[in-house]
Amino acid sequence: MEQSWKKAKAVFAAALGPPLVWLVVFFVAPMAIVWAYSFGHNVGLTEISFTGTIANYARALEPLYLKIFVKSAWVAALTTALCLVIGFPVALAITFASQKAKTWLLLLVMLPFWTNLLIRTYALIAVLRTEGYVNQTFEWFWNLGAKVAPLGAYQPLELLHNNFAVILGLVYVHLPFMVLPLYSALDRLDKSLLEASLDLGAGHLRTLFRIVVPLALPGIASGILITFIPALGAYLTPDLLGGPDSQMIANVIERQFKRANDWPFGAALSFLLMYLTFIAIAVQALLSRGKKKEGVG
Amino acid sequence: MGRGAQAADVFGGNDEVTEPKPIITFENVTKRFGKLAAVDNVSLSIREGEFFALLGPSGCGKTTLLRMLAGFETPTEGRILIDGQDISNVPPNKRPVNMVFQSYAVFPHMTVADNVAYGLKVDRVSKAERDRRVEEALELVQLGGLGQRKPDQLSGGQRQRVALARALVKRPRVLLLDEPLSALDAKLREQMRTELCTLQEKVGITFIMVTHDQDEALALATRCAVMSKGLLQQVAAPNDLYEFPNSRFVADFIGSVNLFEGVLAVDEPSHAVIRSPGLPTDIFLDHGVTGPRGGTVWAAIRPEKIELHKRPDDGEPPNMGDAPKGTNAVAGVIKHEAYLGGVSTYEVEIEGGRRVKVQRPNLTRWDQEDFRLGEAVWIAWHACSPAVLLS
Repeated sequence: MEQSWKKAKAVFAAALGPPLVWLVVFFVAPMAIVWAYSFGHNVGLTEISFTGTIANYARALEPLYLKIFVKSAWVAALTTALCLVIGFPVALAITFASQKAKTWLLLLVMLPFWTNLLIRTYALIAVLRTEGYVNQTFEWFWNLGAKVAPLGAYQPLELLHNNFAVILGLVYVHLPFMVLPLYSALDRLDKSLLEASLDLGAGHLRTLFRIVVPLALPGIASGILITFIPALGAYLTPDLLGGPDSQMIANVIERQFKRANDWPFGAALSFLLMYLTFIAIAVQALLSRGKKKEGVG
Repeated sequence: MGRGAQAADVFGGNDEVTEPKPIITFENVTKRFGKLAAVDNVSLSIREGEFFALLGPSGCGKTTLLRMLAGFETPTEGRILIDGQDISNVPPNKRPVNMVFQSYAVFPHMTVADNVAYGLKVDRVSKAERDRRVEEALELVQLGGLGQRKPDQLSGGQRQRVALARALVKRPRVLLLDEPLSALDAKLREQMRTELCTLQEKVGITFIMVTHDQDEALALATRCAVMSKGLLQQVAAPNDLYEFPNSRFVADFIGSVNLFEGVLAVDEPSHAVIRSPGLPTDIFLDHGVTGPRGGTVWAAIRPEKIELHKRPDDGEPPNMGDAPKGTNAVAGVIKHEAYLGGVSTYEVEIEGGRRVKVQRPNLTRWDQEDFRLGEAVWIAWHACSPAVLLS
């Protein structure tokens, strides 16, 4: 079968053609245009001349923007770390749940995924704002306590429009990205390896760190990567939940394309962000290749 | 084993009266998964130094029994004792038993030596002592010098040896083996059988093996427990299981057998006669069976205990010596023949249409009495050959 369709060139072209055209017209070409913009400069309100200048990149690497890049990477890294810490036990629990419970638990993980990001973000605002559910709950307990002790009036916690809210939102949004690859890695694990570890006298913690984690490492690596990349480019979450000091690189890019109307500079920032992503992927690929070599040698 | 002992055995008598202290005791152990009783009220003692086999078809509960011993399952009812101590609530990592898993469960991310050292590190054995014992264990399973290999560089047989070394290095009271030979190819299986035996003699540890392969159990074990549907059917030494099965299930499960349903027509201390509707002649036995007079019994005759004789047109039935004339010999025709090298097997159709399995050793290269397909023969057996079964 595999041989025959490769030989049938017409069929091959018919199958491959439409998606290829789609990709070229709607992905490669726009990307190329934006890439070209990054080497130009504004001459009018809507006119851009392509001069081949690298001034946009030079500006992007100025401390002001570099700081935002670093901060974005840091926020994304923290998000990824939190997702890993929270997601690993969740994935482990799903792995060991009964077949029936497994389906439901996976559905619970996926469910937010299928809900519009904007709606979820506004829901988080409703939870976190000054008169939000969290503050309401705390206030209720506070007033309960105020009856027995002189506590004074309840001061609502500032949970929204700061870095905390951004991290919380990002972790909430990206958790499924972490849980699913972890789950698929853990679920593939031969359970008799865990039993063997227990049988040889190891406790559960030793089994977790000596057997489960090392064997789930490929899953952990891909979980980190596919959480880190979208978190790095997060736009909506910092925009809606963040304060003035919590903007990330995607917010800066958006501002260049809209309010600042500096498309060339926005394009340069976009491509720098993409190169950063490529580096992350390359690092992961290198690490996993090194791992494989070690395994054979 | 004498006749009297046999009779006692057949009728569920206890041959475990004067015994050394058991190392493992199952006391009325039941394990239910939902409504299904995987293990049903099993009581069993295993002695120190035995090579014990749990034998039965898949789903009979043998693996569950082993896993309860290892601590991966807890009994729903009953107790499990090791050296007289109730271990029902002891977690697997605190039990003095170690297991060789069916899949071997060798840690793929560790070297062979690290695999073997794993259990010793847990026990905080010093590095020098650990290295010495790992080397010793690898020598024992003939993997000396392969300590630095990774599991994916080993063959299936070698991985199993790693699993063996890893368990034995802990010097357990009991070694558990889950279908140890099932994943090996025929040649290697034969070799591993002998090696497991030698290994057990060398280390002197009690081995408990789970298997569905009766040949494996008979070849390796000093004693076997046959299980079916969660129930213990019979516990005996391999030759007793084969020659003195206590039920049709055991007779049929261990080796090949011809079963004749009938009634006890005569039952004296010195002899007995079974009348079977499927057989034109009576089955004569040279011992009493003290069974239910007139009730249903089964005579089990192994194929190799049935003789083939030529049957000329007017020929008399062969004289079986200890059986009176007119019993233990039936006329028939060979309907199927299979030459298996060392032995040949035949199916003989007797009067009434029933086929009887017969096995005959090929003792000489040119068989003097060559039996052919379609040939008229007598099948005959000695008065001591049938085993009488009550269930």
